[in-house]
Amino acid sequence: MAERYWRAAAPKASYEVVIVGAGGHGLATAYYLARNHGITDVCVVEKGWLGGGNMARNTTIIRSNYLWDESAAIYEHALRLWEGLEAELDADLQFSQRGVMNLAHGLQEVRAGVRRVEANRLNGIDAEWLTPEQVHERCPIIDTSPRLRYPVLGATFQPRGGVARHDKVAWAYATRASELGVDIVEHCEVRGFVRGPGGRVEGVETTRGRILAGRVGLVAAGHTSVLASLVGLRLPLQSHPLQALVSVLYEPVLDTVVMSNAIHVYVSQADKGELVMGAGIDAYNGYAQRGSFHVIEHQLAAAVELFPIFAHAKVLRTWAGIVDVCPDASPIIGPTPIDGLFLNCGWGTGGFKATPGSGWVFAETLATGRPHPLAAAFGLDRFTSGALIDEHGAAAVAH
Amino acid sequence: MLQIPCPWCGPRDEVEFRYGGQAHVAYPEDPAALSDDDWGAFLFFRDNPKGPWRERWVHVAGCRRWFNAVRDTATHRLITTYRLDEPPPELP
Repeated sequence: MAERYWRAAAPKASYEVVIVGAGGHGLATAYYLARNHGITDVCVVEKGWLGGGNMARNTTIIRSNYLWDESAAIYEHALRLWEGLEAELDADLQFSQRGVMNLAHGLQEVRAGVRRVEANRLNGIDAEWLTPEQVHERCPIIDTSPRLRYPVLGATFQPRGGVARHDKVAWAYATRASELGVDIVEHCEVRGFVRGPGGRVEGVETTRGRILAGRVGLVAAGHTSVLASLVGLRLPLQSHPLQALVSVLYEPVLDTVVMSNAIHVYVSQADKGELVMGAGIDAYNGYAQRGSFHVIEHQLAAAVELFPIFAHAKVLRTWAGIVDVCPDASPIIGPTPIDGLFLNCGWGTGGFKATPGSGWVFAETLATGRPHPLAAAFGLDRFTSGALIDEHGAAAVAH
Repeated sequence: MLQIPCPWCGPRDEVEFRYGGQAHVAYPEDPAALSDDDWGAFLFFRDNPKGPWRERWVHVAGCRRWFNAVRDTATHRLITTYRLDEPPPELP
């Protein structure tokens, strides 16, 4: 029999911490709870299979070139963790810092891009502004000629950005968390919560029975609102399908990640050879893990406009994940008005890049009951105070 | 692609429409009296159910009129559409 990466645990009657959702963020949270805080009496419950939600469906882009200080700090913390993650988890994650390029096609985009480069530098994040000639030099298959309706006028470039093999990240966190004593229970859906005095959340009711917990963390991406509604908690989230696609396998033609907000596509090439592409969310709310075909058509038109040689490429497969989008395109991390219940959600279209950082800060919240300093600004209370962290620009194409 | 029955134009492809999110979210009657919590709730918080709900669409490439729909977000199936002056149908 093949060796298992992680133990298939049966749920115990009670744990110090229960994490709902065995995606990248949930598993990273469990790992750092054990590693950083010595809390190993932890159970991660997952209604499907491990890493089978958005972790399996994203386009694996990693970068930290966000505009505002709060975002720059948390995404850069994540990027620094990525840079040591293969050694930390003793796993090959196919982490490749091939650089991320965000093209600008209009004067306003040029101004915003240059501003973001300067803001990134002030925050100690590597960022460069590329002229169209430098874009051509870095990635000759992009059409930088004036032929385009919206010609390439420049690009921001983060050399330390890149990609990683998403599944391997989930498996590595699961393996190491499991080794440290964390129980991972797949095919175990949360159907309700155990409420104590004052409405305090004291556990979860699942399809595999009641599991009591000192603290419960919801890390369920697009389904977080559905879970929160079980305790009457309303969240500023809307769940949308976000589609992506891969082409059939090709010889290497693209050795960086290219994103274009205005022409509306982002693309990289997987080690195996597929072109991996994504674009924007489907406008309507939806939980069906599929979207409308015209959205795919639109992103392919954009890809062919920008990369004329892609006109020969064949689409192999398209799919969708369900993303939980916040009004300010920033996540929600921290306590809720309900005692014992904590949130790590709202990562929307860009959660994969934050996986290690998200787990790191949320583990501290679940260990101490308080937000990690890097997560303090991302509390639910910002939707009352008005202190939003508007990252619609840096969140890029998908919003 | 969804096929959406506009109450005036009949069934048309989704590309002719724009989405308007949750329906029947009324502007506060006395905005000046609202607390920060209430304003936050009005501005940023919407229902997000997995299942049938009421939502708004506008037929931008057709009659350019707003209308409401009942659609199941779990399946994306459009159950019914209705005009703004019609009473909201019961959710199935």
